[in-house]
Amino acid sequence: MRERNNFVKNMDWWLIGIYAILVNMGLLSIYAAVYSSDHPSIFDFSQRYGKQTLWIATSVILILAILIIDIKFFTSFAYVVYGAMLGLLIVVLIFGTEVAGSKSWIKFGNFALQPAEFAKFAANLALAKYLSNIQLNLKSPKQIARAALIIMAPAGLIFLQNDTGSALVYSAFILVLYREGFSGNFLVFGLLLVILFVLTLLVGKWAMLAVIALIALSLFLLMKKVRKNILVLLGILFLLGGFIFSIDYTFENVLQPHQKTRIEVLLGKKTDYHGAGYNVHQSLIAIGSGGPTGKGFLQGTQTKYNFVPEQSTDFIFCTVGEEWGFLGTSTVILLFLLLLVRIIIVSERQRSTFSRIYGYGVASILFFHVTINIAMTIGLAPVIGIPLPFFSYGGSSLWAFTILLFIFIKMDSHRMELL
Amino acid sequence: MKNNYSERKYVIIGIILMIGFIFLARLYYVQMVLDEYRLSADNNSRRKNTIYPSRGILYDRNGHILVANDAAYDLMIIPNQIKNLDTNRLCTLLGINKDQLISRINKSKKYSRYKASLFMGQIPKQEFAYMQETLYEFSGFYVQERTLRRYPYHSAALNLGDIGEVNRRNLEKDSFYKSGDYIGKSGIEKFYEKELRGKKGVEYIMVDVLNRTKGRYKNGLFDTLAINGKNLYTCIDAELQQYGEKLMNNKIGSIVAIEPSTGEILSLVSSPSYDPAILVGRNRGKNFNKLVKDSLKPLYNRAIMAAYPPGSTFKMLNALIALDEGAVNTHTEFSCSGPISKPIKCSHNHITPLAMVYGIQQSCNPYFWNVFKATLNNPKLGGVKKGFAKWSEKVQSFGLGKKFNTDLMYERSGKVPTTEYYNKVYRGSWNALTVRSLAIGQGELLITPLQLANLTAAIANRGFYYPPHLVKAIGHPDSLISKYTEKQMVDIKAKYFDPVVEGMMKVVQVGGTARRGAMDSTIVCGKTGTVQNPHGKDHSIFIAFAPMDNPKIAIAVVVENSGDYGGTWAAPIASLMMEKYLKRTVKRKAKEKRILEADLISH
Repeated sequence: MRERNNFVKNMDWWLIGIYAILVNMGLLSIYAAVYSSDHPSIFDFSQRYGKQTLWIATSVILILAILIIDIKFFTSFAYVVYGAMLGLLIVVLIFGTEVAGSKSWIKFGNFALQPAEFAKFAANLALAKYLSNIQLNLKSPKQIARAALIIMAPAGLIFLQNDTGSALVYSAFILVLYREGFSGNFLVFGLLLVILFVLTLLVGKWAMLAVIALIALSLFLLMKKVRKNILVLLGILFLLGGFIFSIDYTFENVLQPHQKTRIEVLLGKKTDYHGAGYNVHQSLIAIGSGGPTGKGFLQGTQTKYNFVPEQSTDFIFCTVGEEWGFLGTSTVILLFLLLLVRIIIVSERQRSTFSRIYGYGVASILFFHVTINIAMTIGLAPVIGIPLPFFSYGGSSLWAFTILLFIFIKMDSHRMELL
Repeated sequence: MKNNYSERKYVIIGIILMIGFIFLARLYYVQMVLDEYRLSADNNSRRKNTIYPSRGILYDRNGHILVANDAAYDLMIIPNQIKNLDTNRLCTLLGINKDQLISRINKSKKYSRYKASLFMGQIPKQEFAYMQETLYEFSGFYVQERTLRRYPYHSAALNLGDIGEVNRRNLEKDSFYKSGDYIGKSGIEKFYEKELRGKKGVEYIMVDVLNRTKGRYKNGLFDTLAINGKNLYTCIDAELQQYGEKLMNNKIGSIVAIEPSTGEILSLVSSPSYDPAILVGRNRGKNFNKLVKDSLKPLYNRAIMAAYPPGSTFKMLNALIALDEGAVNTHTEFSCSGPISKPIKCSHNHITPLAMVYGIQQSCNPYFWNVFKATLNNPKLGGVKKGFAKWSEKVQSFGLGKKFNTDLMYERSGKVPTTEYYNKVYRGSWNALTVRSLAIGQGELLITPLQLANLTAAIANRGFYYPPHLVKAIGHPDSLISKYTEKQMVDIKAKYFDPVVEGMMKVVQVGGTARRGAMDSTIVCGKTGTVQNPHGKDHSIFIAFAPMDNPKIAIAVVVENSGDYGGTWAAPIASLMMEKYLKRTVKRKAKEKRILEADLISH
């Protein structure tokens, strides 16, 4: 008994509080987004808000279960859980049901589960286990490759389900690797690639090549040091050229048409308010029309009259923007910032490497979801269909994020014990 | 246990905070700075419906409805709201083919992609009821209720005028109108457009993404009611107007009847006429083109636009001026040598010499030449040019040579020559003989049938008239238009009218030129006239008023190319009109039959 009291007292109530606030704001937003005066009760289970209430209630059960389970379970069974999850992803790939182009659902009667959501915490557990188990040296190519494999395996399977958005989430683990000693150059290099990608699509490959050649030529003429290393310069030039061509090739031949147009719309190369740009345009209208303090609860016309598609799931942030205005959106963003920073602070106070790495994993996954989802609704990122954690409607994602977060809270409550 | 890379948490926290900052900045810009999205949200969900007021109704002088309203429906289109259009179904529903559909959609896109414009106009009630059931499935289309005109009497087309869709100029000139609106295009409809149109109301409703109505915007806080147009109380006697058009059937010409005591136009007929109802509805354009192309020009309002030399009907004016100037008196006699008279011969067989009353009765040209010469050469005035100036001035005081500027659109002023005019034409050297045609109402004089009727009314009133007008009151039968109740005095003393009126009375009696103009129990005063027509047969004219004392009606009838002097066709038409107006029924069926059956066009 003494021990239990101890860990309840040691739980991080900041994280729990923010979680509770976010989940309830999400429920209110879903209520507003699908509100119909015929079904005003929030417990009406024929409506999405009724179902979400149910998911929240079951999440509480999950939380209690996680808190009760022996803490050693997570370290001991990390690989088992991970392996089981990979198996489930393969099962989905074979027996899954296709919804909106993605084969990522398993149906049991009326109930559908999305294993990809749960694969995140499993991968996080496995990565934490692997990185904490060894005398870590993330400069060793072999170890980097193994870590990458742990990350890439579920991502690849999810990619095969045609759920590109959820697969991209795994790239967030680069932050975890960075924190554990992986070279920062890769972070910068990744950023450079993104910039190069955007620029190439904006101005075209030939213009891009010309600019790079011009820079190289001026470097060659102006700097003596460069002239001495002509081969290095030529090598870099050659790599960049190859990369630019591969960007172009990827864009034209690998990406699917809808992904192509989404990117083109984002970059302003295409204005299509009725086709590919419709979602984002209507989403911006909803958020923009909210003004400083919004139109008031249940008063959003964009929301109520269904002008924004996917409003209760991927575009739930619009509802906040329209009905609560800048006040609401900035509150939500500050809450998420607080949550992420708190997770990092809590991670850093862990004595166990496993817990710290897991904590960083939680922060990275949530960060990626929040960033991409909100950037998409405000027209800063292409439309990538991933949910806003704790907000978006959906049992699988709420359960998965709850599990992800509360395993960490559980670990943290035991931080004083030596694992 | 912290490892070597612990400080990297700051980099990660930095990245997170930077993203947060970018989001906050972007949201600040989108929500606090930009206005366009707010407007777009309103445009998405708020539909502004215009509520059209019903157009004012037109009554005749007896309270009968001349122009009524009928409900009709316009199909409106907002091109950018069209989604997943099932063209085949829409074509079937509207009864048009695919090419028509596409060209109409393109036309409205050209006008505006965001604003509503007319897609198909004037759909009758029965067709609309059928369409209404499925129309909601076609987003981007909605129906606007309109009023169409209905004409219970099917007459007075040119007086009432017509309504039609606004054109580009109307839209530019007056922001009241939106594309597809209706506006008065001619006649009373155009002249009284501002009174008739009323005030539009607006209603804001909320619609969802499928264009389904979701209720009123802010519970109707910004809605306004439509205010109906004002009703007009016209001077027209609907039955008399209808009867006049019937009498003029197969004849070219006009009838103008005025109530002398008020200047109210009882009827204004221009023949050939047409049924105003043919310019309502979807065949409007086709029928309008037909009217434009008709060689008999039914759209040309002869009653106010055609100007003729008045012929002998002008002689009373010459008599009145001569009396007023003291050039002759009622006993002054002149002799007539019949066909060998100079400078103007006389075609009537009558006693000679004769004085004024018989001069008018017999319409003796030599008598009036002498009267005219005496007026111009009046020694009191000193010279023919001064005498003529006085003559011209007095002629104009009867409302001749100028417009009345009341509510008759496109009215012509006619022509009354002046001293300056002849000085210019004859380079200063002219005398009474030069302009002798004026003595018998020929020559440079041009008078419209309306002016002729007004002249008759002025004689009937013994010296004054009220400007002739079509509408007497707006909004309420008692709110008279004050401008039209201003008495206009003619420049002749009242006492000189008696001998002229007596002469006119004798015109329609045994021995006069227009016995066909007579009526049993009512004393009619009239005068015939012939208009020489260089292009064909002479036009005949008859002017009259009745009863002699306290006259109730003054009338002018012109029948073109009838080939007589006024007594054969114009006089009986005037007589029947007066009977109809004074007695309400026409008992002289034989006389009526003769006129109704006469065809003076195709021969």
